[in-house]
This record gives sequence, structure tokens and C-alpha cells, in this order.
Amino acid sequence: MKTTYREAMRAALREALASDPRVFLMGEDVGRYGGTYAVSKGLLEEFGPERIRDTPLSELAFVGAGIGAALGGMRPIVEVMTVNFSLLALDQIVNTAALYRHMSGGQFSVPVVIRMATGAGRQIAAQHSHSLENWYASVPGIKVLAPATVEDARGMLSAALADPDPVVIFEHAQLYNVEGELPEPWTTDIRSAMVRRPGRSVSLITYGGSLPKTLQAAEMLAKEGIDAEVIDLRVLRPLDDATVMTSVAKCRRAVLIDETWKTGSLAAEVMARIVEQAFYELDAPLARVCSEEVPMPYARHMEEAALPQPQKIVAAAKGLFA
Amino acid sequence: MTIAPPPSGPVPWNSEFALGMVHDMLRIRRMEERAAELYGEQKIRGFLHLYIGEEAVAVGALHALAPEDNIVATYREHGHALVRGMPMRTIMAEMYGKRAGCSRGRGGSMHLFDAKLRLYGGNAIVAAGLPLAVGLALADKLQGIRRVTACFFGEGAMAEGAFHESMNLAALWRVPALFCCENNLYAMGTALARSESQTDLCVKAGSYGVPTLKVDGQDIVAVHQAAMQAQQHVREGKGPFFVEFQTYRYRAHSMFDPELYRDKKEVEEWKTRGPLHTFTARLKAERKLTEQQFLALDAEVAKEVEDAVAFAEAAEWEPVEDLTKDVTAA
Repeated sequence: MKTTYREAMRAALREALASDPRVFLMGEDVGRYGGTYAVSKGLLEEFGPERIRDTPLSELAFVGAGIGAALGGMRPIVEVMTVNFSLLALDQIVNTAALYRHMSGGQFSVPVVIRMATGAGRQIAAQHSHSLENWYASVPGIKVLAPATVEDARGMLSAALADPDPVVIFEHAQLYNVEGELPEPWTTDIRSAMVRRPGRSVSLITYGGSLPKTLQAAEMLAKEGIDAEVIDLRVLRPLDDATVMTSVAKCRRAVLIDETWKTGSLAAEVMARIVEQAFYELDAPLARVCSEEVPMPYARHMEEAALPQPQKIVAAAKGLFA
Repeated sequence: MTIAPPPSGPVPWNSEFALGMVHDMLRIRRMEERAAELYGEQKIRGFLHLYIGEEAVAVGALHALAPEDNIVATYREHGHALVRGMPMRTIMAEMYGKRAGCSRGRGGSMHLFDAKLRLYGGNAIVAAGLPLAVGLALADKLQGIRRVTACFFGEGAMAEGAFHESMNLAALWRVPALFCCENNLYAMGTALARSESQTDLCVKAGSYGVPTLKVDGQDIVAVHQAAMQAQQHVREGKGPFFVEFQTYRYRAHSMFDPELYRDKKEVEEWKTRGPLHTFTARLKAERKLTEQQFLALDAEVAKEVEDAVAFAEAAEWEPVEDLTKDVTAA
């Protein structure tokens, strides 16, 4: 069935709300407005204001309240408008949600799901465009997901809700309009990375909003005789090392593609793991394509230049064969 | 703040209840005095925030609540855990960092948790417990559970954005949350007047449309009465309530604090208002307590403390192989 990422996400929300009375959605403008990215459009009419709960502009308090409600037996889905604003709630996510199980000696679970948009590409400048999922992915105690396909947009939410620990879901804002084929039946797991395009000469390892660009780069490389394999990490914490290492061992070359800033990027972490676990499988140094180290500029040509692009990925991959 | 005259007037409790209150205050006092010694002996490490001087607040307020209520506390929570029903042995073992502690030595003095007692910490980020309490109360409201979530915090928390955001959410959604501000006048070393443009805390809280009460936190009778009134309001579904308990910390903020920020005379003055001795004096004057009874209680508590210390001493360490256990469920 053809669907968009946004519709798939909405179907997932609707299913979660319909099947479990403990589930409710809260966040800024999720109700009357219909969701900043229209993901929750129509759900207020269907489920009412108690379960599609508009919040004031209080990221710290409503994310914290989501954590408290999860401790209190509910299964809240908290929508934060963008990862940029989630920094206002970082304390609750990092100092409370992620720590409560361990700090209490295993007595408390925090089964909250926190969704947020991430990423650039819409000319909305520096305070609305950054990718900071690598920050969250460095914190023990939470799971971090990055659905990049309609199937994952449809499937990951229910798996996240079933998880007893806090789960943060990053939805790249450029993906909402993307159309794709939703397989019947669709399947879900929130454990493994996936091969999105099999190949044998270079591993292109990416996730989220960079997946379509990477697949495009793989097609461009194919025309030049380079058979790229594309790995979608999907789960940013805990990382699925095995799928990455299998691909690297097969292709013997790898490029990491990631929209976070290069320094301390998620790509850097994956590279470190490859060096630790598969160094002797490599025929060339590792390469990465990340965001340039600038606050995201507004002007279109500048924004495009700051971001990973298919041409940059192709150049990086070809560089490994020089 | 001018120091109020010592509490007076008849104690509206029978001897048994009154003795129970003395007993709980004594248990906190003696446990913490011993903890301070153990800190000196390096048996207890890290931070240790003593509640000495403030005991009437936890004892009076928690005795106004029901066993099924939720409690959210701060890093100065030994007393709350003890009064709530956590065995002294378990608290002491946690302070020692032993496996028999409530958090298996993962938390320490600042992170006492007990799922069965519905004690949700032991939260050491100032004001971070407030959003959590709003959420716990919201969960109860959504599930139709008639329960109060009591959230304890210091006046220092009221300078945090989390306080304001939480009061707004709690009032907006009319959740059953009871906000218990333990105003001990100092946010670590910063006096209230040096950190707040509005030093009347009830005015701050009241600006959100939340009903408030200001009460002498050194008077356990007043504390209990205020908490009874507040919890009833919350339990009846009338929305959140804010109580300011005016109290004073006799010891340093933590064991690292040289107390350069306050006058020794001020501390001595507040000590004349000690919750324990003023209350026992009242009871004695009303012939509800004899010196003999008090000494017997104190001896009983001393035994409990020594038993807790012996238990913690003998308890085992968590094996290092379990270091990464309980980070996530799987």
C-alpha cells in the first residue's frame, strides 16, 4: 500500500491510542492545531482532549510530566516540536528518565515515548534545523530510534510503547512527505540495523533523513561501476554492531553519512567501533560525510552546502578507491 | 524573616498519637546524628544532606497522607523515607553503598527510592521532582484514582523554571498534586532575599491560581493541620495546593559546607525553636509525656540506630560484575 511517512506515523498513533487506554499523546499544538507537522491531524476529534493533550510552551514540565505519568502507570507519547526545543527538556530526559531505573536499583521503569522532529533542509535557519540525536544516543538508559522509511514510521511506535524504558524517536522533518510502499504485513523490530540496498564494494552507513540521499548516491555510484551497500542504522542506541561489521567485512570500505555536526557525531562513534572491531577487514581509511561545523544558515545555497548531499557521498566513496 | 514565638496552645492529639510524632522526629534526629559521625569515619561518603532541625515538616506532613499516596522528595530525604516506612536498616545500608540498601548502593544518601512505598526519590536536581509529580498526579487523574501526589522541595527550587512551569501545568490541568515547600531560608548558601525578587513564596505560588498556606514548620501541630487541610482539598479533586513550611536547617548544607553565609547567632536563635524540644515541652506541660517516657523512647531509638549501623556494616557489596545491570530492562 502506498502511503506517506506522515500518514504511516499517524496510523501508528491511532492504533496505539485505540488499542491501549493507557496511551495518550501530549505536546505543543498536537490537538486543535493538528500537530506542527500535521502528524496528529484528526486525532483530537477521534480521541478527545484528555488523550490528545495540548500543552503550554513548557518543554521541561510537559516532558517531565510525561515521565511522571509513565511512572504512574500510563504510556505517554510526548511530542516535542523539534530537537532544538528538546534542549529545554534535556534535564528531564537525561537526569530523570534515563537514570531512574539504575539510580533506584532497578525498582522503577519509565516507559515514556518522546517523539521529535529533527534535521534541516527547509530553510528555517539555525535554531530550528539541527540534528542532535547523537547527544541522546550517548546516554545510557534510553533507547534512540530513527525511522527512515514508511514501514518504520508505521512500526516503530508500537515497539517503542511496548519497551519498558524511555524511547526517543527522531523523525527527520524532510521525511514526512516522502511516499513509500508499506508492505503487508509490515514488520517491526527496534534492535537491528538493516541493509536497504545490498552491494559488495563499499558500505554506506547512515540513518534517518540521510537515507534517501545515501540511496541516491548509491545509484549514482552504480553508474560508475561501484556497487554500494546501504546500511540504515535505524536504532541509534543501542547500536547494532553486528550488521555494520558484517557489511564492512564484506565491502572492506565504508563511508558514514550523518547530518549531525562532524565533531563527536554519531558517524564518529560508528567509525570508532569499526576501528575497534573490524580494523583488519579494511582496505582503505574510513570516510564520513556530516554537516559542516556551522550553525545552519538560512539561504538555500548555504544550507545545501552545509548538509550531506549525494554528490558529497559519491565523492567520499570514490575517494576510497583512489 | 523574623522568628516566630515558640509554638504554644494545647496539642489536639491524644498521648499515643503525640508520642508517635515524637518517636518519628527522634528517629530522624538520631539516625542523622549517627550518619554525620559515620561520615566523619568515612563509612558514608559523597554528599550527605542532613534534615536536622526540619523534622517536624516531614513527620507532620507525611502523617497527614495515606499509604497509597505518592511521595516525591529531594536529596534531603532521609527523614521522608524513614517516616514513610522505609526500615532504618535499608536507609543506612544505602548510605553505606551496600547491596541491602533500597537502591542496592546505586543511589546513596540522595537517591532513596521505594516502589512499594510509592517513594519516587530522592531527586537531586533542584526542582526536577515537580514536573515528575505533575505527571504522577496526571496519571492518577486519567486513571480515575483518588490519590494525592505530595512533592517536597526547598525554597531554592522556586527560582527554577521547572517550578513555574509545573505550577502552571498543575493548575491548568487541575491535577491532584500537593506542593510542599520546605523553606529553610537558604538555597545552599544563598539566602532567600538574595535570590528572589518576591520573598513571599505563597504569592509566587498563588499567582497560578493555586490555593496556598504558610505555616510554622517548627510546630508539628501546625504542620500536620495545614497538611491535613491541603491533602483534603487535593483528594477531593479540587486541584493542586501549595504549602510553605517555614523551617530551618541546623546543620550545614552538606558535609562540605563551611557555613560562611550565615550568622552563628541566627542558627542559635533558630535552635531555640527546635521542633523536637518545643513539642516535647508542650506535651510535658500538658502531662501527655513524662521525662521517663521520653528517655525510654530515646533509648529505643538509639537501639534502632545501632542495629541499623550494625546491619549496614555487615551487609555485602554489590558484585562489580553487576555494574551494568538495571541500566535498561533488557
